[in-house]
Amino acid sequence: MTLDVLYFAWLRERIGLRGEAVETDAATVAELVDELRAREERYAAAFADMAAVRVAVDQELRDLAAPLAGAREVAFFPPMTGG
Amino acid sequence: MAVRVQAEDFDLGAELAGLRAGRADIGALVSFTGLVRDLGGRLTGFELEHYPAMTERALAAVEAEACGRWPLQASLVIHRFGRLAPGDQIMMVATASAHRQAAFAAAEFLMDFLKSRAPFWKKETTAAGAAWVEATDADEAALARWSGGG
Repeated sequence: MTLDVLYFAWLRERIGLRGEAVETDAATVAELVDELRAREERYAAAFADMAAVRVAVDQELRDLAAPLAGAREVAFFPPMTGG
Repeated sequence: MAVRVQAEDFDLGAELAGLRAGRADIGALVSFTGLVRDLGGRLTGFELEHYPAMTERALAAVEAEACGRWPLQASLVIHRFGRLAPGDQIMMVATASAHRQAAFAAAEFLMDFLKSRAPFWKKETTAAGAAWVEATDADEAALARWSGGG
């Protein structure tokens, strides 16, 4: 499947992209993160500490165990600081 | 019940007047305004990044949750994004109810939830450089107090 993967705040800066289309067979968010980490050092650095990363699948907050079947968009970002 | 996400500033007085225009059933109207602090004069730049596709949905979900917990007659959330300056308005929430307890509690609930659940990220620039504002344990603690019933 092809996923739109988006990065925000320091993840965007560290990876150097706002988003990209990713061709993957990852079954869960955690598997997708493992695939991205294996690509290049900048991904490995961005995903080094997953306690500092939040994830949304199709614009809903999810955890690393969330399944990706049927998903279209996955976003990675730090804990939110609105308000 | 309304949510707006915008780059432009807002007029707090006009927004509050709009909420109660043409009705006389509201007994209490509470508002909160978040402002850009100048960090003792050190702040030289401030930017709010957001996730457009998710932002309005997340804010609307929080607002719907507040409406389910308290008897609100009206509510409004406005959150800005983009480059702001020290002293600028960042966001506002307003809640209207027959009595003040519900309006105060719902406004606090909205603030606690949108701080940690709405996809916004603040970046502050000072002479020392630019840094993303980090979420605090206090933010999560503020959220946790609402679990298990309002």
